[in-house]
Amino acid sequence: MTNAIELDHVTKIYRRYGGKQFATLKSALLQRSILRDLQPSEVFSALNDVSFAVRSGATYGVIGRNGSGKSTALKLVAGITKPTSGRVRVDGRVSALIELGAGFHPEISGRENVFINGIMLGLSKREIQNRFDEIVDFAELREFIDAPVKTYSSGMYMRLGFAVAINVDPDVLLVDEVLAVGDEGFTHKCLDKFAEFRRKGRTILLVTHSLGLVEKFCDEALWIDAGHARESGDPKRVVDAYLTAVEHTEESQLATTTAKAVEAHGEGKDPATAAQPVPPVPTPEGRWGSREIEIVDVAFLDRAGAPGFVFHSGDPVSIRMRVRARQRVDDFVFGVGLFNADGICCYGTNTGLEQMQAEQFAGDGEVTFAIDSLDLVEGTYKVDVAAHKHDGYPYDYHRLLYTFRVKSRTHDVGIYRPHHRWAFSAGIRFKP
Amino acid sequence: MLANLANLLRYRGLISSLVARELKARYRGSVLGFVWSFVNPLLLLLIYSFVFTTILKNNTAGIQPYALFMFCGILPWTWLSTSLAEAAGSLIAGGNLIKKVLFPAEVLPIVSVLTNMVHFFLGMPILILFLVIYRRPPDPWDLIWFPVAVVVQLVFTTALALFVSALAVHFRDVRDILANVLTLWFFATPIIYPMSLEAVQQYKKLFDMNPFTHLAVSYQEILFYQGPIGHWKWLLAIGGVSIVLFLAAYWVFDRLRDSFAEAV
Repeated sequence: MTNAIELDHVTKIYRRYGGKQFATLKSALLQRSILRDLQPSEVFSALNDVSFAVRSGATYGVIGRNGSGKSTALKLVAGITKPTSGRVRVDGRVSALIELGAGFHPEISGRENVFINGIMLGLSKREIQNRFDEIVDFAELREFIDAPVKTYSSGMYMRLGFAVAINVDPDVLLVDEVLAVGDEGFTHKCLDKFAEFRRKGRTILLVTHSLGLVEKFCDEALWIDAGHARESGDPKRVVDAYLTAVEHTEESQLATTTAKAVEAHGEGKDPATAAQPVPPVPTPEGRWGSREIEIVDVAFLDRAGAPGFVFHSGDPVSIRMRVRARQRVDDFVFGVGLFNADGICCYGTNTGLEQMQAEQFAGDGEVTFAIDSLDLVEGTYKVDVAAHKHDGYPYDYHRLLYTFRVKSRTHDVGIYRPHHRWAFSAGIRFKP
Repeated sequence: MLANLANLLRYRGLISSLVARELKARYRGSVLGFVWSFVNPLLLLLIYSFVFTTILKNNTAGIQPYALFMFCGILPWTWLSTSLAEAAGSLIAGGNLIKKVLFPAEVLPIVSVLTNMVHFFLGMPILILFLVIYRRPPDPWDLIWFPVAVVVQLVFTTALALFVSALAVHFRDVRDILANVLTLWFFATPIIYPMSLEAVQQYKKLFDMNPFTHLAVSYQEILFYQGPIGHWKWLLAIGGVSIVLFLAAYWVFDRLRDSFAEAV
């Protein structure tokens, strides 16, 4: 099997020229700095020793964070920029869906633009003539094809650009996140077109943030992170590795925000001053209470008991509070509330509501609220924890100070996910 | 570089359709449309005629009617100056193409030059018409030299356009510098005064160093002055210089090519 695309130890360094905005020819000549100004003062390596090969006829996905170098890789394959070092080899005619409708002239009609754009992309006039109807039908612009392009909506503009580019009939198609082009229907048409390409044995290089698309469509995938190729091979494995890394970053981000929130709300405060004339109930976030019982520390624990901030839907999760009572207390209630990003309370409960009668507590202790299965949809959640008297008098109330994130492979919606399964009668079948 | 130069021939379809697009887009939406290409030089010629025959009478011998003499130089000058001004901005304006599509950048300044060449050609019939009206039809034998002059100017203008456009990507003020250089250049060329002027002859060596002098004088001899062309040696020499200039400019352009996608 031959390779349609090969990148061999490719490095791309972008140079930033010193004080570029102010470098003028005159000053460059006056200060005899023309040679110096043309030297890079700052370099940024967008790709660092990246190698990969795409088999001819394969669909290859490239994923990664914004600014990781995905698009640079695509531009190198397209030949728009040259690698600083290394080698790029591409076999066959390339069409790049990078910027749709680049080079459309707003004043002239869609028809004329189709011709000129087609020629720019390497078609001959005759080839365009033959495919013209197909292009126009694909773009769904038959009525408007003779109107100047400046009157098109941005969706129409993109559709026409897409239709021309896809009809170039390339051996290698480069796609950069262009499926956000049209409405649902058009997106499906584009996907169908890609599928047709695959059937014809053409090679597709796809740069996208849509991980589902990569898993569904691609034969192989590559994850680029900060200019380095991190993982390549089976799409499912690469996507998983990528997701895990994203979770790690989110974990550390959430840990920081939580630490900040807790710190901002009176860790070190003297209990006496903290015991303000208390209950401003609908405050956005904060901490108040008389601190006869103090919640010293709150943590989210996963299945293994390790603290974390990112969990998967359906995982067991425990909210553990470390509490301390300086003196013996015999009237207390512990409570927990979960709120989603819209501020809607997904669930709230406390020991009082659940008919637990307080007897006594003194010294240090731990309260754990264990959830067997975290049946929430994907999103970020904030947590209230509280210790208060039965009548509501707060000992220590932490409002929305803690954040965790729920991840889910199914992008279901709503506030919570009831534990469920589907059942179908014999006549209803799904693809395996 | 040679391979790229050879590629230029492959792009002729692209170049011609882009030129056609520029011309179409230029007058799109106007009532007269293409007629403007004739009306513009016509009005200009009428204004010059009025000013220089009625208000500021120019009685210099040998260049009567003065407006026509002047026009023989102004038409090619407009081609040169407008081409360069447009070429200077062409890569920046076409940035989207250079950054996002695999597009041969040299096509853009070349399109500027060719578009203005078409405008130059469209102005010619007006000039010839007036020459005939004033009973000074150009000698058909002289006209053989006209295509030569056009080709020389085409190569010369393209060379400068390539150079200016590549430079303007890195130094945006090339465009402002260029505007002023062009004004100076215009008055330093025998366009509104004849080469035979005494003051000009005094500094003949300096004037001879200006390539456009020879182009302007050639056009004047071909179209305006009666009698045989005396300037053809200079014209061919400038042609040779232009080819060297073109190769040099293309070399510079080719060297800077890879920086365009990043600097535009």
